[in-house]
Amino acid sequence: MNSHDKRSKIALFGGIYSNYLALEVAINDARSRGAQELYCLGDLGAFGPHPDRVFPLLRENEVNTLAGNYDDSLARGLEDCQCGYTDPRDNHFARISYRYTFENTSKENKEWLGRLPQEIRFEIGGQKVLLCHGSPRRMNEFLWESTTPDHFLDKLLRDHEADAVFATHTGIKWSRRLSGNKLFANVGVLGRPANDGAPQVWYTLVEMHDSVLEVTSVPVSYDHVSLAREMHAEGLPDEFIATIETGWWTTCLEVLPMKERLRGKW
Amino acid sequence: MNSGGQPSRRSQPLVELQSLEELWFQVSGTLCNLSCTHCFISCNPKNDSFGFLDLETVRRYLAESRALGVKEYYFTGGEPFLNHDMLPILDETLQLGPASVLTNATVFRGNTIAELRRITQRSSYSLEIRVSIDGYEAAMNDPLRGKGTFAAAMKGVDQLVEAGFLPIITMVQTWPEEKTLEVFTRFAGELRRRGYSRPRIKILPALRIGMEESRTHGYLPEERITTEMMEGYDPNDLLCSHSRIVTDRGVAVCPILIEAPGAHLGKRLADSLQPFPVVHSACYTCYLYGTICANTGATLGADR
Repeated sequence: MNSHDKRSKIALFGGIYSNYLALEVAINDARSRGAQELYCLGDLGAFGPHPDRVFPLLRENEVNTLAGNYDDSLARGLEDCQCGYTDPRDNHFARISYRYTFENTSKENKEWLGRLPQEIRFEIGGQKVLLCHGSPRRMNEFLWESTTPDHFLDKLLRDHEADAVFATHTGIKWSRRLSGNKLFANVGVLGRPANDGAPQVWYTLVEMHDSVLEVTSVPVSYDHVSLAREMHAEGLPDEFIATIETGWWTTCLEVLPMKERLRGKW
Repeated sequence: MNSGGQPSRRSQPLVELQSLEELWFQVSGTLCNLSCTHCFISCNPKNDSFGFLDLETVRRYLAESRALGVKEYYFTGGEPFLNHDMLPILDETLQLGPASVLTNATVFRGNTIAELRRITQRSSYSLEIRVSIDGYEAAMNDPLRGKGTFAAAMKGVDQLVEAGFLPIITMVQTWPEEKTLEVFTRFAGELRRRGYSRPRIKILPALRIGMEESRTHGYLPEERITTEMMEGYDPNDLLCSHSRIVTDRGVAVCPILIEAPGAHLGKRLADSLQPFPVVHSACYTCYLYGTICANTGATLGADR
């Protein structure tokens, strides 16, 4: 386990989904806010255009990266993204997205994905921090705010010997303080908006204050119009482009629990 | 073959409970206002072989479930809303975690839906209401579920939608595989026509036990999970690797097998955590289709 005692502020990026324009803004924003270390919690590709443009940004800016289900699928040459969808329409769009990303990710980058760890652990101020993609026990587990009870998270953190767990995968940010001042947070994603009707995307800053880890969700405004234009030029579905433009999810909706689904438009 | 299928002696594939994630409650036992011809546990208005669970019983198991880190709670029957404790049970459960209730939507009383809405609003967790309807029109549904049941259930769905719920319509697949997409599309269209703008539909495979065994046919002797079949298979796809069900006789392995020999594991959750031999005929369907009972499990057979 690495010790991060010298670092009091870190930035956590969720799924990038090939949104290299948002990633670039988020990296600069996090640095300007004093983040000493940057992390990416996986799913570099999917949804957006030109997947290979994400990799140099991560490497050049020393973003510590772990593997998501998409990365695992690309690295192993699997048939699908392992996103965990069960609805035919969701799976239809997932297949389009995965095929495009697979065909447009270089061999070298796929190999790089294959070398990513499944979790990253370190300490901040004596707090044991665990970063993962879906959950500490399953890369593609959906942990939604409205379907994840406190006692479940208590056990999850206990089983995985962590004081704070950070995940992404679902695409919607949330956080919860648990008993004993422990913490779970979904850091959100940079790849697409949070189904809230605004085109901005989100990352998370974690900072130690008076021996307590505090979480701040940070909105990222980026040139989403250019991204939409590039997606169109690449022949990606209009449904994906509409999400980038409007902030409302149009696909991958059937995995949403009722409370999260009701907050969206579709 | 009995209703649960005879345990095989040739091999005993065991499935470990990896963690107890979904806790089910057979909250109305085998009592139902309907007598569906494909019901895998033969529920009907007179079948009291399993009885209601009262609030105090549910409360006891909820308390035990916390230390085990249970993630979701499911309520089934029979028809759960025949149980007069159903609303307080859901209310207490939703203070603890997310809940799903499997109903035929034909027995809502005057204040039931308003109460469900109130209960949902005061919880931060989701309440999923799953409504069983087996076709997109009466001519398809009623021969299976009873005369007039399509109209009655759709009225229940209308009321739920009007109250702000997004019910999950569940259909048992009783048509040939190649028709699945058409059935799905037509039902979604019918729901939209009635004002349900974002219909959620889940298609379940038929379980050839209980009433369904005589409606069609049971499982063939070779339709069993063997030890060899478990090699390289992800046990997470089997409900028994992460679920148990509370009945009025104690804790059983899963909602499908409550009548099967050997499926009852003890009185407390703590007594029910041992590995389970997946040797029953219906286990074969679970093996083929994945976790069929959970909200986010398999939907379309055609998609797998």
